[in-house]
Amino acid sequence: MHPLHQILAQAAGRNKVKTGEFIVAKVDLAEINDLYLQVLLSFKEMGGDKVWDPQKISFVMDHYAPAPTIKAAENQRKMREFAKDQGIKHFFDINRGVCHQVMPEEGLVWPEMLLVDTDSHTTTNGAFGAFSTGIGATDMAAVLLTGEIWFRVPEIIKINIRGKIGKGIMAKDIILYIISQLGTDIALYKEIDFDGEAVKEMSLDERLFLCNMSVEMGAKATYIRPDEKVMEYLSEVSPEKYKEYQMMKFTNDEIDADYESVYSFDISDLEPQVALPHRVDNVLPVSQAKGKRIQQALIGTCTGGRINDIKMAAQILKGKKIASSIRLLIIPASHKTLQKCIELGYIQTLLNAGATLATPSCGPCLGAHQGILSSGESCISTSSRNFPGRMGSTEAKIFLSSPATAAASALKGVITDPREFL
Amino acid sequence: MSESIIKGKVFKVGNDIDTDQIFPGRYLYLTSPEEMAVHALEDAIPDFYKKIKVEDWIIAAGEYFGCGSSREQASRAILYAGIKAVVAESFGRIFYRNALNAGLPIIKCPGIVKEIHQEDLMRVNLEEGLIILNASGKTLSIEKFPFQLLTILENGGLIPYLRKFKKFSHLKRN
Repeated sequence: MHPLHQILAQAAGRNKVKTGEFIVAKVDLAEINDLYLQVLLSFKEMGGDKVWDPQKISFVMDHYAPAPTIKAAENQRKMREFAKDQGIKHFFDINRGVCHQVMPEEGLVWPEMLLVDTDSHTTTNGAFGAFSTGIGATDMAAVLLTGEIWFRVPEIIKINIRGKIGKGIMAKDIILYIISQLGTDIALYKEIDFDGEAVKEMSLDERLFLCNMSVEMGAKATYIRPDEKVMEYLSEVSPEKYKEYQMMKFTNDEIDADYESVYSFDISDLEPQVALPHRVDNVLPVSQAKGKRIQQALIGTCTGGRINDIKMAAQILKGKKIASSIRLLIIPASHKTLQKCIELGYIQTLLNAGATLATPSCGPCLGAHQGILSSGESCISTSSRNFPGRMGSTEAKIFLSSPATAAASALKGVITDPREFL
Repeated sequence: MSESIIKGKVFKVGNDIDTDQIFPGRYLYLTSPEEMAVHALEDAIPDFYKKIKVEDWIIAAGEYFGCGSSREQASRAILYAGIKAVVAESFGRIFYRNALNAGLPIIKCPGIVKEIHQEDLMRVNLEEGLIILNASGKTLSIEKFPFQLLTILENGGLIPYLRKFKKFSHLKRN
């Protein structure tokens, strides 16, 4: 069995699971964000009184952080009150960042665990070898009530990424390219196992990027076999727990799995990639997308706002000024990321270049606040989606790119190949 | 579910209608059914809510309806707007679960798009797994619900199901 199926089998109290069958699985960690007061409403409607385990539940106030409207403020207040009443252990308020960065940073994500979160980009945690998937509010309410969730055991697709990652090429370029080749629903109801020397070479930040964007191919969950980079991270964020942590049961053996399909990509000669409006798979190499005028560049969020991403932007913008026609928004994925980037001087560099810094959060990625687009405007963004209206007006255009391409484009005011500056 | 036969007029929509178009991010703090209903599909079909206010409607969509985010507001807004069911070639994964959990009948019917026209009358027979098109008299098969999902739907969604049974034991049968 594949490790993801082993996790499901273990969570269902079974020796084995078969692809396509339905199981009821025990959840190790459930995370709820501030968009989902419906979780509490559904929980109450189900007759819920006490949650199944306050130690295994986490709240993160990230999508509307800090609250931009009275209604959003009221929803957050109700969540704070609920968490307090229920004795929820892990409550992360508006001063912490986006759940997909905060959860690993707080030492809550471990290999082999089964994690559910009210956000589609929960596929991110596959980079730790966890089974991690996004669910809706009522599914989450059921988890709060019972500690369980039903799943159909999914097929697994393997994607081998081979070759040497070129200068100025980031995980975002690689995943946009793969999505453009395979389509946005290739992994619908399925899981993706990423393997190959390029994946092994990637930093953990880059792997998180890869797994995060996989939901844009429909993936239910992702998997990258945990290695020493994961172990090093875990030992840093949670030294005490790490000491007790036994090396994984699964990972020392060859993975024995029936893959539904196997794809292989050699990315050695890959150019930076740009997804044009309004589809994530509407991708062109930067040489064919360059020159398009933009008014805003967004470097940040749970997709492209990690230290590695901000470092790349700072490297490109050091000692330079962004184009006068451009608004460059920097929204680190978390406060810890922000603090580290301040410490390393990246934020100072970006502010000197003319960037605007906003609170670590989802920001304008989902059109909530902190940089909404007007009609007729174009934005290049390191975030995950370029659907119509995603960042505000349905008449605005969103181009998706790596942090490097977004930074170079901010410099020139038009979509630009970042390799000119590296 | 209260009725096993659902009737309505077809409201046809295209491929890849994502959850941002079904329920835009700028409204995600809304929680009351009345406030949510008016914004259903707002960014895909202007004035959708007004267009379906009178009579019963069934959305018939192309590929990948509800792709994108996990927001349950998307399926709830459609339900609250009074839509009787959504039939599509295929669905986004989380949207599908959310609709089922909220008690919105959600039906996979590959091949539906080429058989229907705007405002055709359609009947969905969930028990027999059939769609009957009044205009052409044609009958189409729908993808059968696994026992577990049918159990949730027959109980009116996950909330009534859990209010009744308190746990998932009914779904553990294989």
